[in-house]
Amino acid sequence: MDLFDKFNPIKETYTALTSGGGDPFGVAFDRIASPTIGVINNREIVLAGTNNYLGLTFDDAVIAAGQEALRTFGTGTTGSRIANGTFGPHRLLEEEMATHYGMSSAIVFTTGYQANLSVVAGLAQKGDQIFIDADCHASIYDACQLSGAEIIRFAHNDPTSLDRRLARSDPNSSNKLVIVEGLYSMFGDVSPLAEFVEVKNRHKAYLMVDEAHSFGVFGDRGLGLAEAHGVLDGADFLVGTFSKSLAGIGGFAVSNHPDFNFLRVAARAYMFTASSSAASVEVTRAALKAIAARPELRTHLWENARRLHAGLKAKGFGLMAEPSPVVAVDFGDPARAARAWNALLQLGVYVNLAIPPGTPNSKSLLRCSVSAAHTSDQIDFVINCFEKVAELV
Amino acid sequence: MTVADQDLIAEISEMLSGLNKAGIEITADTDFNADLNVDSVAVMDFVLTVEDRYDISIPINQLSEVNTVGQFADVVANARAA
Repeated sequence: MDLFDKFNPIKETYTALTSGGGDPFGVAFDRIASPTIGVINNREIVLAGTNNYLGLTFDDAVIAAGQEALRTFGTGTTGSRIANGTFGPHRLLEEEMATHYGMSSAIVFTTGYQANLSVVAGLAQKGDQIFIDADCHASIYDACQLSGAEIIRFAHNDPTSLDRRLARSDPNSSNKLVIVEGLYSMFGDVSPLAEFVEVKNRHKAYLMVDEAHSFGVFGDRGLGLAEAHGVLDGADFLVGTFSKSLAGIGGFAVSNHPDFNFLRVAARAYMFTASSSAASVEVTRAALKAIAARPELRTHLWENARRLHAGLKAKGFGLMAEPSPVVAVDFGDPARAARAWNALLQLGVYVNLAIPPGTPNSKSLLRCSVSAAHTSDQIDFVINCFEKVAELV
Repeated sequence: MTVADQDLIAEISEMLSGLNKAGIEITADTDFNADLNVDSVAVMDFVLTVEDRYDISIPINQLSEVNTVGQFADVVANARAA
């Protein structure tokens, strides 16, 4: 008997997936040349799977803000937000996020994962009920488990399925928290938020929207899908990450609830972890300014997204959703998807391999994410490589 | 604690036919993972169908102890009795 015996099935799958040469879950880039070019063994690879939606990771002002903070505040905070780890920049970023959203409170977390853990497991406890969209991210599932609340799953993007489940629950027996995402990271489909808001209002539930992939991408001001769908005031809690459009690391949550800030002394994933470095926070503040000042980034992102979607569709690929900055291509089964992943990397394109059980509906996908920093030539190169690979595998 | 009767087990077995790719005979002892080779996400998707069929809610917290069709049927029976 071995403690690691339980990994035997995973070991089998992993060995099969990596038998084609590369390791889809262990890629290391020797150098990153730009938001859209990585270097492995002196070969330039077009990055089409990085969630770097607005391409701000190499923006001059963003880099300068990080460098200045490194000099001013040092490398790390060496402590948690509730001890020595809150610096001026953390507070400023929280004020700016709250102002940006027009909400009374904002809290900044060390990662997006911890933002979900803090908000969900901080707000819901044993005796509460959480209603979760079936396709929610692993961090939300983990947060639900950690909370101790009763977890009821409803069919993906299906307000009727949620409505039925809320109706089955005694309206006075428990607090009810509904959780959905804005843009879903695997298929690239979006939530019918206005309908969910209507359902949760009717059942007097709370609604949390995770805008991890939609912040910076949707809405006239880039606030996310809730802004784009005109329901910013319908969501009780909006959560997001700094590690995608905002080009840093960290997470946030905003709310108008008068007691929201008590999460700071109740949420363990906020209290018992080191805070983000000041450099990371200042990077995010600078990226936030860039997003507000340069709406053309979003325009270009969507042009690229539509170009990739239309190009792949024209070549006959099975795509999982309407155009969005996440374009997921169906490759049938895990083995074929892994072969295609390897072949794409050989041709000079990096995308994400996504296979069951990490995907909805047992799909095996090559997941592309588009950046505002991609050139049209790069998008066309990706499309052409996909076409070559489809013939090879 | 309510225990599922044979009729309920039969109904659930019938509903599982879509996941029974190998076409094995489904009994109360059939294991979702070992016998049907169904992953955790597919089991949760199956739960959605069962919930709507019987107009019940089955919190996914209750699935951690469920391995077999019989154990799942007991969870369904309890939810219906509640």
